[in-house]
Amino acid sequence: MRLSQLEVGETGIVKEFTDLEMSVKLMEMGCLPGEEIRVSRIAPLGDPIAIHVSGYQLSLRKKEASTIILQ
Amino acid sequence: MDADIKVALVGNPNTGKSTLFNVLTGLSQKIGNFPGVTVDKKTGICELPDGRHAQIIDLPGTYSLYPKSRDESIVFSVLADKANPLRPDLVVVILDASNLKRNLLLYTQVADLKIPVIIALNMMDLAKKSGTSINVDILSEKLGVPVVPISARKNEGIGGLKEAVAFANKIALQEETIDVEVIAPQLIAQIGDELEVDNPYMALQIAHQHETLKFLTPQQSDRVEELEQEHSFHSQKAQASETIARYNFINDLLYDAVTQKVTAHDETISNKIDKVLTHKTFGFIIFFAILLFIFQSIFAWSAYPMKLIGDFFAWLQFSLHQVLPAGPLTNLAVDGVLGGLSGVMVFIPQIAILFGFISILEDTGYMSRVTFMMDRIMRKVGLNGKSVVPLIGGFACAVPSIMSTRNIENWKDRMITIMVTPLVTCSARLPIYTLMIALVVPNRNVWWIFNMQGLALTAMYVFSLISAVAVAYVMKFILKARERGYFIMELPVYRMPRWKNVGQDMYQRAKTFVVQAGKVIIAISVILWVLASYGPGDRLAKIEQKYKQPQYAQHMKPDDLHRAMASEKLENSYAGALGHAIEPVIRPLGFDWKIGIALITSFAAREVFVGTMATIYSVEGDAEKMESVQQKMAAAKQPDGTPVFTVAVAFSLMMFYAFAMQCASTMAVVYRETKSWRWPAAQFAYMTGLAYIMSFITFHLLR
Repeated sequence: MRLSQLEVGETGIVKEFTDLEMSVKLMEMGCLPGEEIRVSRIAPLGDPIAIHVSGYQLSLRKKEASTIILQ
Repeated sequence: MDADIKVALVGNPNTGKSTLFNVLTGLSQKIGNFPGVTVDKKTGICELPDGRHAQIIDLPGTYSLYPKSRDESIVFSVLADKANPLRPDLVVVILDASNLKRNLLLYTQVADLKIPVIIALNMMDLAKKSGTSINVDILSEKLGVPVVPISARKNEGIGGLKEAVAFANKIALQEETIDVEVIAPQLIAQIGDELEVDNPYMALQIAHQHETLKFLTPQQSDRVEELEQEHSFHSQKAQASETIARYNFINDLLYDAVTQKVTAHDETISNKIDKVLTHKTFGFIIFFAILLFIFQSIFAWSAYPMKLIGDFFAWLQFSLHQVLPAGPLTNLAVDGVLGGLSGVMVFIPQIAILFGFISILEDTGYMSRVTFMMDRIMRKVGLNGKSVVPLIGGFACAVPSIMSTRNIENWKDRMITIMVTPLVTCSARLPIYTLMIALVVPNRNVWWIFNMQGLALTAMYVFSLISAVAVAYVMKFILKARERGYFIMELPVYRMPRWKNVGQDMYQRAKTFVVQAGKVIIAISVILWVLASYGPGDRLAKIEQKYKQPQYAQHMKPDDLHRAMASEKLENSYAGALGHAIEPVIRPLGFDWKIGIALITSFAAREVFVGTMATIYSVEGDAEKMESVQQKMAAAKQPDGTPVFTVAVAFSLMMFYAFAMQCASTMAVVYRETKSWRWPAAQFAYMTGLAYIMSFITFHLLR
């Protein structure tokens, strides 16, 4: 399951990444393997999405979210 | 003032870093540019408790020493380059206590560079509210650095922080955070040997960033590349394992130093606000209402101060002419230079107002929601969610709008925004449009309620926005991206704006504009003034002689005489000669040499067009007397007896002003914001080219 497939309010735990370059940035921002992510909202036009991770809110595009694989 | 110690502020975005900087330095701050990039370099002086002075430098906010953008790359290059005059003796790392885990990542990176460091722990109150309690002593002990709890907003703990800066060690005493050497043992050792870098983490960072570091010689950089090949070093894999190691260290640290109460009420205030502000319909309605309000305010609130500034300079020019001896030097100083200065100062109200609003939008955290909501539409045309504000601000004036593109992190998005913003109908085009429309569009209603003149004006406004978006779309394919476009962006919690910050922002922006763009504007104004006031040979002197002859002096009222003379002088000036010279080029657009003169004189500022037309048609040289200008222009005939200003000519002229880059201030600001003449030159070329083509098409379609 990928992060981009979650609906608003659903949670998942980060397992791995499909894009190395993106993963480096995401991990710096606190999206680490083992970390819980909750989708807090989706932008009015369907993209990007906002997630709740390690104590704060992060927004990213769906395409970027699809590089995060959840457990 | 020479500083005794140099202190750099480093921290994540939204941690209150700029607020702390403002608190520490007050009005002593200077805004400059880091060489080569358009990031504000903010420095200021802070007096320490022991009487010494510290130079504080505010480095761009970043989440990591590995830069996501060129702006962020400044942080490492300032910290690492021994020859950099800004290289700090001490780093103050600002951590957001309510988000300690992510904030500590940057701290551990900075600490491992072994530069003396102090932690300023900001927003303790917010952390407490969310049920986080931080044991500052344990944190300080485990890290081996002073940790000073502060509240930058409430001005608390600042004394303690200044003391800590004053008593800071000259050598780095912080504990190791992670074992850097295991990441690439041989590579680190060899870079350390060959480049004489004694710090292993510095060596590792050089390995990662050697391609962009300016302080390495090309030979050194090539050598690092060779070594990387030799030891099969993979930059991203190494970064990934480093980040994981750092977070392991941080988790261990926080396990001891932080206790988190499990909070039952998950629904934060911020979340509630977001539900409304990023709502499917209300979100957009509120956003457009805010934009409309800002746009209206820039118009409405700036009108009076702008008039005051204009009147003040007119009065000053008038008085100086009375006091100073008449002569070319006085004319140059009073009409040329002061006239140019007035053209600079008149922008201050609009700049201050727009930046007041932008500062509030940024400070409250709303700006990142705008980006969040608009990203999808704007991305399609090569723009960014944040481009919306400059584009709408462009309806008032492109100058502050282009300055406001600084908060667009992505280089390509920012450049496209800068390139297309001047296409949006700014307030200086309004007098030209109203004059032209009044001239050729009948003042009557269609379908009962729509006034034709109003419709024509609205069409010009809408058209300008469409053309800006269309040009942005084309540029999306022309410009090459310098960095991979990320969107990954923090949505900070909503806060009240800090009014002091807002005020300081308004002041600093206005000052920067006057000091930096002002020079160019004054220079161009002086050149144009010379062109319009002097002519080849003794033609102008002859005209003066002519009007002194009794048949003129006796039969004309002094005012009429003066105007007739001014008109004839302008025709015979260099600007007039240029107007004649460009006539063959602008003839296909339907323009004669008189319009040519107006095109030239209004090169520095569009609004000059009406004034020039008034002079040429020798009516009272005042833009407010639009009706009399209009009558004269309507009556103007070509040599063959047909009227000059037909529908085709009027619309062709409006099209020309809609597209042409007739604004020296905008060009000066684009130069300042891009640090290169290439951008304003390219902008001037494409806009003038488009203007010519569009005018040509319009003229021939309507003829």
